[in-house]
Amino acid sequence: MTLTTIRPRFSPKVRLRFDRRTGRHLLLYPETGLQLNHTATVIARLCTGEWTVDDMVEQLTQAYGDVSPDEIRREMCEFLDVLSHRGLLQGMA
Amino acid sequence: MNNESRPYTLIAELTYRCPLRCPYCSNPLDFAEHGNEIDTDTWLRVFQEAEELGVVQLNLTGGEPLLRNDLERLIEEARKIDLYTNLITSGIPLTFERLSRLRALGLDSVQVSVQSARPSVSDRIAGVPSFNRKLDVMRWVTSLDLPLTMNVVLHRENISEINEFIALAERVSADRLELANTQYLGWALKNRSALLPTREQIERARTVAAEAKARLRGSMEVLFVTPDYYTDYPKSCMEGWGRRFIVVNPEGLALPCHLAHTIPGLRFEHVTQRRLGDIWHHSAGFNRFRGEDWLPDPCRTCERRVLDFGGCRCQAFHVLGDAGMADPACSLAPGHDFIESARAQAGRTTGVPVLFEYRTGRGRSAR
Ligand code: SF4
Ligand code: SF4
Repeated sequence: MTLTTIRPRFSPKVRLRFDRRTGRHLLLYPETGLQLNHTATVIARLCTGEWTVDDMVEQLTQAYGDVSPDEIRREMCEFLDVLSHRGLLQGMA
Repeated sequence: MNNESRPYTLIAELTYRCPLRCPYCSNPLDFAEHGNEIDTDTWLRVFQEAEELGVVQLNLTGGEPLLRNDLERLIEEARKIDLYTNLITSGIPLTFERLSRLRALGLDSVQVSVQSARPSVSDRIAGVPSFNRKLDVMRWVTSLDLPLTMNVVLHRENISEINEFIALAERVSADRLELANTQYLGWALKNRSALLPTREQIERARTVAAEAKARLRGSMEVLFVTPDYYTDYPKSCMEGWGRRFIVVNPEGLALPCHLAHTIPGLRFEHVTQRRLGDIWHHSAGFNRFRGEDWLPDPCRTCERRVLDFGGCRCQAFHVLGDAGMADPACSLAPGHDFIESARAQAGRTTGVPVLFEYRTGRGRSAR
C-alpha cells in the first residue's frame, strides 16, 4: 500500500496527452501507454511532486462530494500502485 | 472510426541502410535493388496523417535510422504534433552531441539492440566491431535522462548469456530489457537450424528472466518473449492485422507489418500515391485479414481467436505457402508438424558450434 506522506511524481519518461479520438487522456511511455478515465486523469494531473497522497485525497473529495474519502483513498492507492509497478513514478519502486 | 481498428503506433522504417550485418535480420535480402527512400516532406506528411488516424507512438527504425541526415527535422516535427518518439537503433554511428541534439528536439526514448553481452561475440555476430560503442551509447542515453530499452534478440548462441544480459542492462540503468527471440522469417528462416535454441535453453532462460522481472519490478521492466516454436499457441502478430500498427517502409509502402508485402497476391499502396487514412481504411491489403470473416479452420471456432487472431500471416505463408492458413506455430493447426520437426532438429544438434552464414554486400538492420 502506498504511504500517504509520499508526493507522487511522474518519471521523466511519462507524457500525459489528450486523445482527441476518445476525448480521454493517455499516459504515454516507451512503446505503449495507458488510457485514463476521468478520475485517473485528475489524479495524474496531481502527480507533480507537489502534493502528498493525503492532499490529493482531499482535493478529490472536494471535487466529488458524493464519494467517501476512504473510497477515494482506496482507488487512488490502487491507481498509484499500478503506476509504480510499471515504473512510471519517480523514486517509488 | 471504431476502436477495433485504430492504429496507435506508426513504425517508420526510414532506411534500409545499416552498418551492421546481423544474420537474423528479417529485412529484404536484395534491398540494394529496392527503390528510393521517401523524402523528408513525405515523412512529415505521413506523421501528420498518422496522428489524425489516432497514432500516438512513433517508432523511428530501419535499417539504421541514424543514417538519415534529416532525423533531427523528423523528430522536431513529430514532437510538434505530440507524438511520443522512440528511436530504435544499433547505436552506430552516433555521437554524444548528436544524441543531445535529438533529445533537445523532442526525442522521447531510445532502444539499443545488443547482439551479445560479450564484446568479441557481439562483434562477430554484428559482423563489425561495435560492442564498445553500443555500451557508450547506452550510457549516454541514460546520462541524458532518456529512457533506455536494451533489446536483445536471443538465439542459440547467445541465450546462455541471459544472466550477463540482465547484469549489463542493470549496469547501464536500462528502463526496459527486451529479451526477444528471433522470428524465423526471411534470412532467419534460412538459418533456423543454427539459430533455434533447444527447449532446455528456453526453459532455463525463461526461469532466469522471471526471477529478474520480479526482483527489478518498478525499476526495470524485463520482457521475455518465448519463441513461438516453443509455445502451444501463436502470438497475436502485431496485435492483429491492420488493428494497432502501421508500418511505412523506406520506399513509402504502407503495411500492416514489415513483411506483409512478401506475401504474394496482396495489394499494398504507397503513401506517395494515397493518403494514409485512405490506405488504412480502404486498401485491399489492410482489409484482407481484418475481422473474422477470413479465418480458416480451426481458428474459426476457436476461443483463442480473439487473443491471437490466428497468429502470424507471414509465418503461415513462409512456412506453409498459404497466408490464409492458421499460423503453423499453433499446436491445433494443420501445418504444425513442420514446427515440431524443426524443434526436434534443434534438440539433435545441441552442442554443435554455430556457424553463421553471412549476408554479403552491405548488410543491414538494427533489429
Ligand atoms: S486455432 Fe487459430 S485461433 Fe486457435 S489458437 Fe490456433 S491459431 Fe489461435
Ligand atoms: S505477420 Fe509475421 S512477419 Fe509480419 S509482423 Fe507479424 S509476425 Fe512479423
